[in-house]
Amino acid sequence: MSVLELRSISKVYGRGAAEVQALRDVSLTVAAGEMVAVMGPSGSGKSSLLTIAGTLEEPTSGAVLIGGKDTLRMSGTAKSQLRRRTIGYVFQDFNLLPGLTAAENVSLPLELDGSSMRKAHLAALAALEELGLGDRAQRFPDQLSGGERQRVAIARAVVGERSLLLADEPSGALDTANGEAVMRLIHTYCKRGTAAVVVTHDAQLASWADRVVFLRDGRLVDQTAAPAGPETLLEQQS
Amino acid sequence: MSVRHALLALLSEGPKYGLQLREEFEANTGQVWPLNVGQVYTTLQRLERDGLVTALGDTEELEPGPQKAYRITEAGSAELAQWLRVPPDLSTPPRDDLVMKVLIAVRVPGTNVSEVIQAHRTYLIQLMQEWTRLKEDDNGRDVAFSLVVDSELFRLDSVVRWLDAAEGRLRRALADGWIPGQALAAPPVSNGLPTRPKMGIRR
Repeated sequence: MSVLELRSISKVYGRGAAEVQALRDVSLTVAAGEMVAVMGPSGSGKSSLLTIAGTLEEPTSGAVLIGGKDTLRMSGTAKSQLRRRTIGYVFQDFNLLPGLTAAENVSLPLELDGSSMRKAHLAALAALEELGLGDRAQRFPDQLSGGERQRVAIARAVVGERSLLLADEPSGALDTANGEAVMRLIHTYCKRGTAAVVVTHDAQLASWADRVVFLRDGRLVDQTAAPAGPETLLEQQS
Repeated sequence: MSVRHALLALLSEGPKYGLQLREEFEANTGQVWPLNVGQVYTTLQRLERDGLVTALGDTEELEPGPQKAYRITEAGSAELAQWLRVPPDLSTPPRDDLVMKVLIAVRVPGTNVSEVIQAHRTYLIQLMQEWTRLKEDDNGRDVAFSLVVDSELFRLDSVVRWLDAAEGRLRRALADGWIPGQALAAPPVSNGLPTRPKMGIRR
């Protein structure tokens, strides 16, 4: 089943002489369990593609379907719920709240979504434990290394059965070993059924993905052949 | 790849049989450099001729078997220590088909160089995906294998980065009115510094 479907997305910023066409007729389908990397130089539209896929921004034209539902027709409340329950975001600079411990950072999206504090806390601890951060749960972000902070951010993005993980240069600020660990983790979650879109300009990191798509001047110009697998065979991109 | 020195390295751990040397060689190179038995024996014969290894007699420390066993000599150890410290010759750029193809693509009328570059980029990333999959499956258990895979990934990565840089350079040059085959007009001096004399761009 496709978790994310972008149908002929275009995005224009500004008007007249200041007009910038960030995306031109981009179509992309990401299946459950599939990790897709988006590669392209600066200004190619990578980040716009990600914010539109995450419903943080609307396309100028085209449709964004998440879990088969047209997000452009959703109410504000329904969209907020989708962002809290279904989509997990990972950013280059981690975006952890400095005044909260690792466990509190991870449990926050669940609490915002109405889980009890206790339940959210237990789920956060389990997620941190799984990422090898069980003993770091009570630390604040500034007491963690860069690699640990990014793992906390991943725990926050995957906690509570999210089905779509969106990551913008998730290893950008990390060294080779930590960057690789982050990609390995994301791929592990995908193998369990999460769909992921990872934006990166780094070929070594992109090569962790099941499929790599290439953006140039807002257009999807090429992609690697998806390796044969039950999901990818059923969900060939149109 | 020096089979000669790899065999000396394996023998520096103690006397070994030929077949054992071949198995250990492959295990230590992450099985990406297969060796045939013939290669092992001809190399051992040459090493013996040069006094770097000696064949063991039946009475010595390894059990007598159907195969010959070998031991490293002092000269062999010295040769190995010397070899490890001498950098391989990287001073001459290798003849690179990909660089040639891009250089030629620029000159062939009607060729979309970006498309040519993208075709190579896609192929390279697919290769990198295959290596990464092997690395993922092994999960760092076989350290020698991980080292070999990393080296291959870094090599392919450097080619992808060159393609990215080449594409960017060509785009800027074309935007500046460059005509392939001609020298790019000197950029206007905008920072108030005197122009430097041209070096090496006399084509």
